[in-house]
Amino acid sequence: MFELLGIPPQALFGQLLLGLINGSFYAMLSLGLAIIFGLLNIINFTHGAQYMLGAFVAWMLLNYLGIGYWWALLLVPIIVGATGIIIERLLISRLYHLDHLYGLLLTFGLALILQGLLRNEYGISGLPYGIPAELAGGTNLGFMFLPNYRGWVVIASLAVCLGTWFVIEKTRLGAYLRAATENPTLVGAFGINVPLMITLTYGFGVALAGFAGVLAAPIYSVNPNMGADLIIVVFAVVVIGGMGSILGSVITGFGLGLVEGLTRVFYPEGSAVVIFVIMAIVLMIKPAGLFGRTV
Amino acid sequence: MHDAALAAKPAAQSAAAPLLAVRDLNAWYGESHALHGVTFDVKPGEVVTLLGRNGAGKTTTLKAIMGILGKRTGSVTFEGKETIKLPARTIARAGIAYCPEERGIFSSLSVEENLMLPPQVKAGGMTVERIFELFPNLKERLNSQGTKLSGGEQQMLAIGRILRTGAKTLLLDEPTEGLAPVIIQQIGKTIARLKQEGFTIVLVEQNFRFAATVADRHFVVEQGKVVDQILNDELDANIEKLHAYLGV
Repeated sequence: MFELLGIPPQALFGQLLLGLINGSFYAMLSLGLAIIFGLLNIINFTHGAQYMLGAFVAWMLLNYLGIGYWWALLLVPIIVGATGIIIERLLISRLYHLDHLYGLLLTFGLALILQGLLRNEYGISGLPYGIPAELAGGTNLGFMFLPNYRGWVVIASLAVCLGTWFVIEKTRLGAYLRAATENPTLVGAFGINVPLMITLTYGFGVALAGFAGVLAAPIYSVNPNMGADLIIVVFAVVVIGGMGSILGSVITGFGLGLVEGLTRVFYPEGSAVVIFVIMAIVLMIKPAGLFGRTV
Repeated sequence: MHDAALAAKPAAQSAAAPLLAVRDLNAWYGESHALHGVTFDVKPGEVVTLLGRNGAGKTTTLKAIMGILGKRTGSVTFEGKETIKLPARTIARAGIAYCPEERGIFSSLSVEENLMLPPQVKAGGMTVERIFELFPNLKERLNSQGTKLSGGEQQMLAIGRILRTGAKTLLLDEPTEGLAPVIIQQIGKTIARLKQEGFTIVLVEQNFRFAATVADRHFVVEQGKVVDQILNDELDANIEKLHAYLGV
């Protein structure tokens, strides 16, 4: 086999695939964060915990009710999204007239509570969740071996991100959302129910996190800290892409996953920090983020 | 005695019951008390203006009617129904449309999306073709970003989009502000045409020469109150008084 810069291709493509998988989760989670921030002006610190909740609910559905992966993929976003709607109605909606900081503190506190409750109940060693039979095994692509489930995660994530982008940028509902992000008062004065839109948008963003959690369950072990580990990186992704930019967060998510994978090949010691280094550079050169709108 | 005086009033102007009746309207921006009992009414098919100096409370009055200020008290009845406790979206759905002073064109929406944004609240809204007939410029710019339009085109878009909704009562806040004379003329003609078609319009204006070309009655607003009413036909006779009010 050929070698590239002294790196065996198996290792290179293996790391790129891993980067693409990580990027899939970065993209889905930062997309949800960007939508929520755009309309609600709330930095949803609970996002990682809601992703973790998605994985846990999938595990519970399987182990307590015997409901498998494919149904979980449909039911978990609905269940987790519904908890989001309850949180928005009961708690977050009381903070809109206050400084952003209060929303951040509230959602951070909620994340700690959620993680603490599940840690108490299930420990931190992680619970196994099997790959669905239909996606077991792998495919030999010639240049590398692709586990089928990982290929599916990338495809599902791309589809969800593009679908969300399409709805927001190309449909009437999306036009309402963009308009309400700019000027909610005027949109309300046109007869549109903005508070309902805000609630549903939060529910949708949280449902995306829940969906990502189900996708993650067979890859990473289901444990209460899985979201906390990921969310810090996702916040860096959102900062790099630009707060509130939909396409920006998707492209940045996948792009940074790949950058991380490449770093792991060529300079493994830097792979844990490369995203934060990029974040610092972007903040210095373009504080609004790569795709952020400077108003 | 007070009741008798109130009862006598409708009899005197019984030609038409008011479509929009504002009574003792008070409104606040946060802590600051901006309207101190605004009272006026508008008959169906009428064009009235609110005239007054900067900061007199004209814009605030429109916002308070629309229900987009934090706190308001008093009474605003539309088609006989009290709206003071209703949220803005319900007031919009009742058939009142609002065009803000800053025009409110959305920069993340194309011209077409801006035009199609306000939902239809009543049957019989203008078709898009008729709106293009009134404002031909818009047709050529449909795919532009909303805020890339010139000031005049943005104003046309801001008025055009509320004509689509079927609302027949329009609150227009300084539609001529900062625009070239030829565009002011075009907007004047549009308002005259809308009046012919039975629209009821409350217009906030600084420019009373423009207001005189379109309105039936003028209400003078001063320090958060309506202090005088001048019929457009009697405007010439009252011009000195008006100059004093407006400080021109």
